[in-house]
Amino acid sequence: MRTTAVVIGAGQSGLAMSRCLSARSIEHVVLERCEVANSWRKERWDSLRLLTPNWQCRLPGQAYDGPDPDGFMTMPEVADFITEYAKFIAAPVMCGVTVTSVRRFEDGYLVSSDQGEWRCKVVVLATGAFNVPVVPSFASALPSSLTTLTPMDYRNANELPEGPVMVVGASATGVQIATEVRRSGREVTLSVGEHVRGPRTYRGRDIHWWMEGAGVLDERYDEVDDIVRARRVPSMQLAGSDERATFDLNALTSIGIRLVGRLAGINEGRAQFSGSLRNKCELADLKLGRLLNALDEWATSNGLDDSVPPPYRFEPTAVDPSPPLGLDLTSGEIETIIWATGFRPDYSWLDVEVLDNKGMIRHEGGVVESPGMYLLGTPFLRRRKSSFIDGARVDAEDLIGQLSGYLDNCA
Amino acid sequence: MTTTGTPVDNGVNVEFLLGARGLLTDTPDAAKFQWRATCEWQNGTHSTSTVEGFFGLGEEQKHRTLRSFDADHPEIFASEDNGVTPVEYVLVALASCLTAGVAAVAQNREIQLRSVSATIEGAMDVRGILGVDSDVRNGYNDIKVTYNIDADASPDDIKALVAQSQKRSAVYDIITNPTNVNVEVV
Repeated sequence: MRTTAVVIGAGQSGLAMSRCLSARSIEHVVLERCEVANSWRKERWDSLRLLTPNWQCRLPGQAYDGPDPDGFMTMPEVADFITEYAKFIAAPVMCGVTVTSVRRFEDGYLVSSDQGEWRCKVVVLATGAFNVPVVPSFASALPSSLTTLTPMDYRNANELPEGPVMVVGASATGVQIATEVRRSGREVTLSVGEHVRGPRTYRGRDIHWWMEGAGVLDERYDEVDDIVRARRVPSMQLAGSDERATFDLNALTSIGIRLVGRLAGINEGRAQFSGSLRNKCELADLKLGRLLNALDEWATSNGLDDSVPPPYRFEPTAVDPSPPLGLDLTSGEIETIIWATGFRPDYSWLDVEVLDNKGMIRHEGGVVESPGMYLLGTPFLRRRKSSFIDGARVDAEDLIGQLSGYLDNCA
Repeated sequence: MTTTGTPVDNGVNVEFLLGARGLLTDTPDAAKFQWRATCEWQNGTHSTSTVEGFFGLGEEQKHRTLRSFDADHPEIFASEDNGVTPVEYVLVALASCLTAGVAAVAQNREIQLRSVSATIEGAMDVRGILGVDSDVRNGYNDIKVTYNIDADASPDDIKALVAQSQKRSAVYDIITNPTNVNVEVV
């Protein structure tokens, strides 16, 4: 089959781009391995809610208009929201098509799948950044008596074996799962490396309201000092809940979760933790302080100080002066380990030389090195919010200009 | 940030370091360094170590001069105290690494330093090394570093210098994380 553009992936990013392509009458197809919004539907744990408030769920031509703009969607609600969007924009989605290869062909690309081949001028990669859980290589040295899970396997605390749990990683995923498991009555140890602390609300408003207003979420990839580092920063410790609860480390220790340093290795059945916990917490506290300073400055310079409560600061993260540096994993002190150590994209089907030595795509704000190839939906692709739903909207609207300019030059 | 008009100068060539970082991103092999020391037993607990050559940027390198370091134990351990103890060298290594980092980070953040001093204290229960109690570890059970810094920056910005220095410090990493050590006899 022949078409102008093939979009791979029918999540928010692929659909946002589909809408932009349709608006410019660019013939295209959206290939989806399962169904629309598949990752949201099938690859997340039961209690997960969107980190961004409903009012921030905006896609090209459509935004949330339900009864609870300040709420946070459950995963089925997100999946329905995106599925509705696909219908609303009449996206040419082909479901159940697994792409097996993308390679250069003549002046464009050949996209092969289990349902046939497409020849096209342009390929848009919208398969997401969180396809495969990352687990440290030393995980193979764990005693076999332990149960291990990744966030992709984890559904809820009831499915876990009885007994104490160690959650490794303290980004949004780790702090949420640790809290839920602790509430199930289990002892929980959380291994904490570099993390980003954030309150759910500040001065009476959602932190995302602040970060959007002050321009933090819109900070561009070509404005930050070190974009390579910025793309690897872990997600802020946030969760969406009716209580608008904060999930920072102080909230976790207040319900009895024990903090230990970054898991640095496994040696003869013992987990070894880094002695850097205090510094990791201090770095996060100082970074939060700088963020709040910037938000306060924005409020003042925009005359908002009378419409929101006055500024305040959060207690520094309380850290045990000598947290344990090791744990015996054979004694029953830990029965289950959950690896909340991040995700990586899966580009095993991509047969174009565009990956760097870390397996990430080389691109400039979503314009991939290979002509006519575009990327969407990865962290800090074009701006800090690129991996959020609202980021898909603006990034697609940016990239459609470059994409159509490329097609005009080809013609 | 500095409030004066004069350029910030902590004696750190940040442009060189940033250039090296860019270069080594593209040529990771050149970033593979090997640091070396040799050690000669003198008598009792006294030994003399020397440092001169190392490997880096793809070839053999040399310090400007060969330097030697005497290590011994104090007289209360019935030694001759011909040098500082090896564990004190560890404290020296940590303090000097963190302090170099403070200067480099300050330069990069355009913060002028006027003075930086650190006190470093390592707590150790010597029943470990004497074999009195096998539950007591040999090494430090706690290390405390206290910085006193005078600089053109807010207290939080100064704290951030020290925190970032720890994040980028080799010796801090060596001490806080496990390292495989292979000792052979030839």
